[in-house]
Amino acid sequence: MTEFTPWSALAGGTLIGLASAVLLLASGRTAGISGITAGLLRPWHGEGIWRWMFIAGLILGTVLYGLFGGNLAAIQIDANTATLTGGGLLVGIGTRLGGGCTSGHGVCGISRLSVRSITATLIFMTTAAAVVFVTRHVLGGGA
Amino acid sequence: MKSNVIALLSGTLFGLGLAISHMINPAKVLAFLDVAGHWDPSLALVMGSALAVMALAWHWKRRDSDIRRDDLNRIDAPLVIGAALFGTGWGLVGYCPGPAISALAILSLKPLIFVAAMIAGMAIFQVFPSRGE
Repeated sequence: MTEFTPWSALAGGTLIGLASAVLLLASGRTAGISGITAGLLRPWHGEGIWRWMFIAGLILGTVLYGLFGGNLAAIQIDANTATLTGGGLLVGIGTRLGGGCTSGHGVCGISRLSVRSITATLIFMTTAAAVVFVTRHVLGGGA
Repeated sequence: MKSNVIALLSGTLFGLGLAISHMINPAKVLAFLDVAGHWDPSLALVMGSALAVMALAWHWKRRDSDIRRDDLNRIDAPLVIGAALFGTGWGLVGYCPGPAISALAILSLKPLIFVAAMIAGMAIFQVFPSRGE
């Protein structure tokens, strides 16, 4: 159970938007994280270093947050190894098949009014909410 | 060289945004998805504010020179099935790709297992003949 945190949500979301805007306006690239990551698996396509730099930045950003007083100890991951593995596989396959994740479809796609991205986001949000409903309220004892 | 510096800057801002908004905490994300429980609407504000900034960016960029408008409007089976598979994994764990990679910074085994499985999933997909990006 977590509490509504509107200010940190707005501040963090604005930074995510700025980050995506910087990549789009300065490099002409879309900040779709599943696409950027999957591109690392095709190094023979060249121009792969910027992908590593972006990924390194994602980790560095969290390190900086911790260094400047952010509470990383609050991170709570309940999933066990089997669920983490199954969930990871589904996220990997699903984001490639569907061509994007929360960043590519959810942020970059919806903001340019892509019908494709709006559809994908509605589907993955609804599916995820349905899975949480089943695991917490049908199978589990609630959370 | 310039594009590498921009990528590092963008990635760092992105990671900072994910950490500040608590999206690197799966408990927070699952609380947003749990509409029938003690609902935490924070993620809606994260997406809303990110969308507002990016809508301005697209406005400045104006022309979508690289992608044809038709491609943005095409709904096909891979899109629908892929989004549903992704949503299932996201709902099971509470991690989507960005927050999971950012959480590697906490040096815990769990994000590492998830990211390794995710990359394996991407590699499995690439074994099959794909239509490209």
